[in-house]
Amino acid sequence: MLANQGNGLFLALVIGVGFGWFLERGGLGNARKLAGQFYLTDLTVFKVMFSAIITAALGLFWLSRLGVVDLSQVYLPPTYILPQLAGGVVFGIGFVMGGLCPGTSCVAMASGRLDGLALVGGMLGGILLFNGLFPVLEPFYHSTPRGDFTLPMLLGIGPGTAVFFLVALGLAAFVAAARFETLRASRE
Amino acid sequence: MTAGIAPAEALHSPDATTRTRTEQPYLSPYLAGVGLGLVLLAAFVLVGRGLGASGAFSAVVATGVSAAAPEHAAANPAYTAHLGDGTTSPLEDWLVFEILGVTLGGALSAFLAGRFRLSIDRGPRTTDRSRLMYAFGGGIIMGLGAKLARGCTSGQALTGGALFSVGSWLFIVGAFAAGYLAAPLFRREWT
Repeated sequence: MLANQGNGLFLALVIGVGFGWFLERGGLGNARKLAGQFYLTDLTVFKVMFSAIITAALGLFWLSRLGVVDLSQVYLPPTYILPQLAGGVVFGIGFVMGGLCPGTSCVAMASGRLDGLALVGGMLGGILLFNGLFPVLEPFYHSTPRGDFTLPMLLGIGPGTAVFFLVALGLAAFVAAARFETLRASRE
Repeated sequence: MTAGIAPAEALHSPDATTRTRTEQPYLSPYLAGVGLGLVLLAAFVLVGRGLGASGAFSAVVATGVSAAAPEHAAANPAYTAHLGDGTTSPLEDWLVFEILGVTLGGALSAFLAGRFRLSIDRGPRTTDRSRLMYAFGGGIIMGLGAKLARGCTSGQALTGGALFSVGSWLFIVGAFAAGYLAAPLFRREWT
């Protein structure tokens, strides 16, 4: 969309600053808060992630409806069923072990946390390892391709209906999270 | 502002209250999430793509390997995607600059909130050394997983999640299911 590479990279930097700012403001540079999601002692990860997904999905739906954005110009990550499911499983194990994800490890490192720095180093090592194994992994990496494949396509519903269900499910989950926290506080 | 080098024994902070007294509390997770969602929306509208993180790490690895072993890199399709025709560095990349911004924005936010401090986050029952080893090991595993899934919590979960990509939602389900299943193995590290 942006013809000028230099402007594009400057915009990338600006958008990144906003991304890092809100991750840090929400406490997502703190590995104990992130890991707390997996022991149900801190639901910050869930709350931040789902309010971000809902905000962006709702905003994109309305901006496209109002003709501000052409959705066909927005890059949709293509689907590869098995590699993405398996990659998610591997990633989840690393997530609870490391307590940070790639983006939040940069925020952790930037706020002076040595565990963030260690995780950044590990990520680089893991990618080097994957690339070294790539000749062996390549057939699986390219397996079960589905191209541009969305939940509305899978379920045979319209984009508006999908956004409605996402928001409704999200709000229900936020209420459930609040009840769970009240219950846990009353037991302690 | 109490930023600076803390003595080694003070690196570990059992809870937020002992970290520093001048720290501001974190923003409401819902407000932080809405802010993050608006940044993601801005990326969709202004650039036509969402956010990412692991891709920037991948570009750094490609740059390092192509400098150290150019023939190896040129023969491996995992690297040629980053290297292109060789006229521009893989570091002149949207995600690399975005992640530089993330690091800058994180530092700025932490600094202004009085949260910038040399530290190691871990549970009370483990050591700093053990925590750093687990962070490094977790990073290796996440590097493998993110490469296989073609993205991480940023490029798949947040970005693909908001775009309703089936593969991205499979990534979310796989990652959280595995995280909860594996959590008992790492309980000592955190609680």
